[in-house]
Amino acid sequence: MKKLKHMLGNAYLALVFVFLYAPIVTLIVYSFNEGRGRKWQGFSGRWYEELFHSAQIGDAVSNTLTIALLSALIATVIGVISCLGLQALRGKARNVYLALNNIPLLNSDLVTGLSLMLAFIAVGVTFGYSTVLLAHISFNVPYVIMNVMPRLRQMNQSTYEAALDLGARPVQAFFKVLVPEIMPGVISGFLMAFTMSLDDFIITHFTKGPGINTISTLIYSEIRRGIKPSMNALSTIMFISAIILLVLTNISPKGSKTEVKYI
Amino acid sequence: MKRNVIFAAFLIAALSIVVMAACGGSGNKQENNVLKVYNWGDYIDEELIGEFEEETGIKVIYDTFSTNEEMYPRIEADSSLYDVVCPSEYMVKKMMENDLLMPLDWSKLSNKDNLNQTYMKILSDFIDPDNKYMVPYCWGTVGILYNTKLVDDVVDSWDILWDEKYSGSILMQDSVRDAFMVAEKKLGYSLNTTDPGELEECMELLKAQYPLVKAYVIDEVRDKMIAGDAALGVIYSGEYLYSKNENPDLAYAIPKEGTNVWYDGWVITKNSKNADAAHKWIDFMLRADVAARNFDYITYPTPNKAAEEFIDKDILSDPAVFPDDKIISEKCEMYLYLGKDAENEYYELWKKVK
Repeated sequence: MKKLKHMLGNAYLALVFVFLYAPIVTLIVYSFNEGRGRKWQGFSGRWYEELFHSAQIGDAVSNTLTIALLSALIATVIGVISCLGLQALRGKARNVYLALNNIPLLNSDLVTGLSLMLAFIAVGVTFGYSTVLLAHISFNVPYVIMNVMPRLRQMNQSTYEAALDLGARPVQAFFKVLVPEIMPGVISGFLMAFTMSLDDFIITHFTKGPGINTISTLIYSEIRRGIKPSMNALSTIMFISAIILLVLTNISPKGSKTEVKYI
Repeated sequence: MKRNVIFAAFLIAALSIVVMAACGGSGNKQENNVLKVYNWGDYIDEELIGEFEEETGIKVIYDTFSTNEEMYPRIEADSSLYDVVCPSEYMVKKMMENDLLMPLDWSKLSNKDNLNQTYMKILSDFIDPDNKYMVPYCWGTVGILYNTKLVDDVVDSWDILWDEKYSGSILMQDSVRDAFMVAEKKLGYSLNTTDPGELEECMELLKAQYPLVKAYVIDEVRDKMIAGDAALGVIYSGEYLYSKNENPDLAYAIPKEGTNVWYDGWVITKNSKNADAAHKWIDFMLRADVAARNFDYITYPTPNKAAEEFIDKDILSDPAVFPDDKIISEKCEMYLYLGKDAENEYYELWKKVK
């Protein structure tokens, strides 16, 4: 009886994983299809070759990555500073600001994207790389705050004061006491911001200018003619990079164990 | 406390430098010799962009859109955002009416004689009088894609879509104008008719067809036909070569009663900052060898007559891809915007069909 239960449990688990990964496996298989459509026409690396020859796709990939990296970095700095400010506030004021911070998280991307676009037009900024970057920073900041704030509140305030009493300068106390304490929150905030930016389509779509495409907007523009299998190839590479990254973080040396845990 | 302030100031300064560096990176591109092109996604042989840059020394910023409706508001908001755009013919008309386009200087287009004059004439008749604004890039028809294994009759008329023999294996377009076009052409009316009597007749005809239709779809026509799920489907001709490549049993016919023809073409925006480069771009696209390479890549028919000598003879002799000029000039029409009332009328009747 117990064995049967065990087997059923495993079968169910297997089913869940099939459900999760079958689409990705399909995508990977089709990225090696000779033909353009859904009919299998033989194994070929042709789409990978096209992928590396296409300047458009190359630009889109580098835009996506640099925007994700820069916006996550900047948002992390802004977010951490805001958290310190919020922490210094007392009672009602802090709750009001925290609630305001949560609204962009719950707000639909469509509203955020459209309002950012209108704001940029109103200010008279020309659309381009910078508008996309600014937009991404603005929607990333709340995620950082959301991740850092709890760490900061958990932390014992007295440790920072103790450091000052023991003769540390405020900057030293900040980097040596406060930062290590909130680091896990900062890292998870950064990673969350990074993935949010990497994933985003709608907001980018509204705020991009001529010649700026991220991977998602490039794929979208190919809808009319059917999405090129090079995009399957690109997605395959991205998926495999994610797996490699995951494996690497999990077998990293013991020293960074605490960080990995919080990710 | 003071140190904190200094530290904060330092952080803010560092931040703004990063942001400015990022903005500056894109700002540097605003050189004089830059051409901004806005085209459909995956609608060009990409190598040609590089070759154009090499030949002319003009730097191309190439951007893509997925629908006319996505492109339009961007140009409307700021028509200097792009120099040269490739909309469909009905959108060109709308842009003309809203004064968003710059008239072409045909004297700068040395390859203009490569264009098939039949197509220029029909464009001039329906959309762009005297061809002031638009240089066609790709064009096509709406016709019937059929599976030669499942259909043994000759397909040359819209009538076959009402043949009970094929009940349950007909795919119709799920868009008002395309569906009504089929009925209008079958009855010999204009596809831009607003006559209530004619429209009522078309509605009854489509209603009679309803039980025979397997599905009303748009993009799925191609995939269902490739999979062999249906025998006959109404589809845009551009999809034909692609479908045939996936499933060799498929064939495409332009019904003898006529049909809709569509064009995508280059236009220059009203406030283009580099109209000279825009003309060079259009002229480059008009070159016979360039047009032929684009045709190979996109597989949508090209209006470039001179390109035909570079195109595979088998494809060239396929009347589905390169139809007789006569059927185009005599039987085919373009969609015109009919005004709000008429569009509503179409829409109401379409609801009655389904």
